[in-house]
Amino acid sequence: MSVATPPRAPASPRVIYQQPELLSETSTRYCPGCGHGIIHRLIAEVLGELGLGPRTIAVAPVGCAVFAYDYLLLDFVEAPHGRAPAVATGIRRVRPDNFVLMYQGDGDLAAIGTAEIVHAAARGERITGIFVNNGIYGMTGGQMAPTTLLGQRTTSSPTGREASLAGYPIRITEMLAQLPGTAYAARGTIIDPSSVGKTKAMIKRACQVQLEGTGFALVEILSNCPVGWGLTAQQSMDHIRAEVIPAYPLGVIIDRGKRAVAPTSGGEG
Amino acid sequence: MERSVIFAGFGGQGLLFAGQALARGALEDGLEVFWIPSYGPEMRGGTASCTVIVGDEPIGSPVVDRFDAAVAMNLPSLEKYGPRVASGGLLIVNASLVEETARRPDIDELHIACTELAGEAGDDKLVSVVALGALVGRLDWVTADAMEAALREIVGKKRSAALAADLAAFEVGLAVGRGERLEVAAASR
Amino acid sequence: MTVMHGTSERRAGARRARVLMKGNEAIAEAAIQAGCDAYFGYPITPQAELLEWMARRMPELGRTFVQAESELAAINMALGAGATGARVMVSSSSPGISLMAEGMSYMAGSEIPVVLVNVMRGGPGLGSIQPSQSDYFQAVKGHGHGDYRTPVLAPASISEAVDLVAHAFELAERYRTPVFILADGTLGQAMEPVELRFRTPERRANDWALTGADGRPPRVVKSLDLLPENLERHNLALQAKFQEIARREVRWAGQQLEDAEFAIVAYGTAARVARTAVARGRSRGIKVGLFRPITLWPFPERELARLAARLRGILVVELSAGQMVEDVRLAVEGRCPVAFHGRMGGMIPTPDEVVEVLRSFQARVGRRARRKALLPLPAESKVEPPSGNGHGAVDRAGWAPVEPVEPSEPVLAGGHRRRLREVAR
Repeated sequence: MSVATPPRAPASPRVIYQQPELLSETSTRYCPGCGHGIIHRLIAEVLGELGLGPRTIAVAPVGCAVFAYDYLLLDFVEAPHGRAPAVATGIRRVRPDNFVLMYQGDGDLAAIGTAEIVHAAARGERITGIFVNNGIYGMTGGQMAPTTLLGQRTTSSPTGREASLAGYPIRITEMLAQLPGTAYAARGTIIDPSSVGKTKAMIKRACQVQLEGTGFALVEILSNCPVGWGLTAQQSMDHIRAEVIPAYPLGVIIDRGKRAVAPTSGGEG
Repeated sequence: MERSVIFAGFGGQGLLFAGQALARGALEDGLEVFWIPSYGPEMRGGTASCTVIVGDEPIGSPVVDRFDAAVAMNLPSLEKYGPRVASGGLLIVNASLVEETARRPDIDELHIACTELAGEAGDDKLVSVVALGALVGRLDWVTADAMEAALREIVGKKRSAALAADLAAFEVGLAVGRGERLEVAAASR
Repeated sequence: MTVMHGTSERRAGARRARVLMKGNEAIAEAAIQAGCDAYFGYPITPQAELLEWMARRMPELGRTFVQAESELAAINMALGAGATGARVMVSSSSPGISLMAEGMSYMAGSEIPVVLVNVMRGGPGLGSIQPSQSDYFQAVKGHGHGDYRTPVLAPASISEAVDLVAHAFELAERYRTPVFILADGTLGQAMEPVELRFRTPERRANDWALTGADGRPPRVVKSLDLLPENLERHNLALQAKFQEIARREVRWAGQQLEDAEFAIVAYGTAARVARTAVARGRSRGIKVGLFRPITLWPFPERELARLAARLRGILVVELSAGQMVEDVRLAVEGRCPVAFHGRMGGMIPTPDEVVEVLRSFQARVGRRARRKALLPLPAESKVEPPSGNGHGAVDRAGWAPVEPVEPSEPVLAGGHRRRLREVAR
């Protein structure tokens, strides 16, 4: 509902904006102001531009984006919570010619699915992962996630996350970048048109990395959860700028280019 | 008619191999056979054993109440399996390591200096092959021809040099089992 | 002692196409010959040789082998591969199967075919690595969460395991369902002659599988549906499928049941012990036969019920505290007395032990039959309020009177009951 689907552009000399072909007409069930819709659109645009739609097999996560298969016109399989990298591995290994995309949230990827993401990356699976980090378990009611900032209030850290009780936020993309199997790791956000453009470029690069066959590729996207955070959409974007980005710096963490998987050193993340 | 034997001793004495060779010999003879090892951590150097059941019909129970024969390659095996040999059955004891007897006048107990005999055949590590030869020589379960074919099949594939030693060790044991050699300390009977 | 050299009769039948194979390896090779495209596993005793065989053979054939980081990952790799229509197998042993429960539920719900081999070991917990049948409930009663069933095939020999692997793939693909092969440490670790009669089931047209939405609408393989009406419809469709499986796919084997007064009901390794016990019991004058379920689900309940009507008693033998016996009692519905003998923790009853239990059961059934003739007619039942003492004569709904369990029922025989008493002290 939140992502306004713009009308198809009228015939004009130059189309500057239209609905991506891979994005369905279905209204999303995301809360107003939620970032998932923007990220879905970026994926649809990139896959369309690279002509990958007909080749893609995508893995849907558990969480708010569980209905990704309703919004993206791709073959989809639903994975149990945290297991998307294992599911994607299974697809990858038996369908070498397909493009394999997975979409995970932060609880999914950085808590329950830590083993699966680490080992998919360690194996250098030719998979492109989109990792949406909004610092919260949105679907279940806004509980603390492994990425929740210190001091951040959630329904399961009502007085704010305390390191003595709940440990520290995990920068898992930096961790994964250490692995020789990770060919590309980057962190973007969607708080303004400029950052959306940069994030799209990261997604595109992460897809190209899979096509080049150099290893595992992951784009972490700092996103928002206005309802879970108790903020308006605009406030939530401001919050990302002021609080989240300092904890999770933006940029390309590693791009091993076209070098083969398993370089001699342990990594340069 | 099912007949069962347990090969027991230390890990590394070649017991599982001897059992497998017997199983393959039975296969060569067109018999039904079942081979089951003791498995788990103990296979790395502790005690080891395997049971072989031979029959004319598909084998039923994988566990037996009494063994028709037992090969005890060390003292713990003698103590554990000596009492479980069926009356009238055969017990082969590795006399190179074990001086004790089962004190079972109701069974056929053969004490064989396996290490020395294996050394004579060319490799003193092949103690279980000597015992296997004795077992086959003593009992009419599997033919000597089939056993030879089995050893060729198992050993010959990978190491032709080792095959000669295995065949020699088997022949020595076979002769002992048939009573053609006297290095047998018949503890009872 | 003279040694008889091999007779010619013996040699005559020797050259059947048989090879000596370890159970784990035979199951793996059977899967390969059945056209298994992908195998995912994690090392665990006593099934490690299955993984090792796949590790060597699958890459040789250009097929997929992945040693996963856990059984959780292995089953989910199978989920992903299976969703593309590939022929997929996973294997593990009891603790690893517990970890796979989540994936199995998802695959049952998403209707993704997979063959799962459980080489059972003793539990609960880490338990032991010795053979056991204590995962019957787990395999037969659902395994993961949700209303679903999985066909469960229980081989009693390595040759049968080879046959059932191909059959398992057929069932998995025909019904789009996970299928269990329930073996145990004995079958996995033993070697037996295997007839080389491998089969490759025909491939079906997978009009549901994910291959990329190229020139056709996108496909989604999923179990989620948040609309209760829709999810109930999906569940009803699943249940209809399970009913069809239950109707069509029952398998069992019998031995000397024609004139039997008693039957031993056992599967897998326990059935092998029972087979020897039946022969021994016959030689000691007990008219006993063997009823061996090959499909544990669907359970051969109609067949067993028909048999029970003509029997004086049924003895169930399991390597467990008594799991299948519950299904036997449900099938028999009191048509004849049902006794149980089980060993646990990796122990296997010997044939003589089973015959001994059978003899005492026979004696007890005889006494009971004589007593029955003297029993007075039952008094009219009256409904009593729930007693709440946990042993009550009224069930939870506070309605129908329930017969108290007869304490003399031989739930655990001989030494076991003794041992239990000792433990209880």
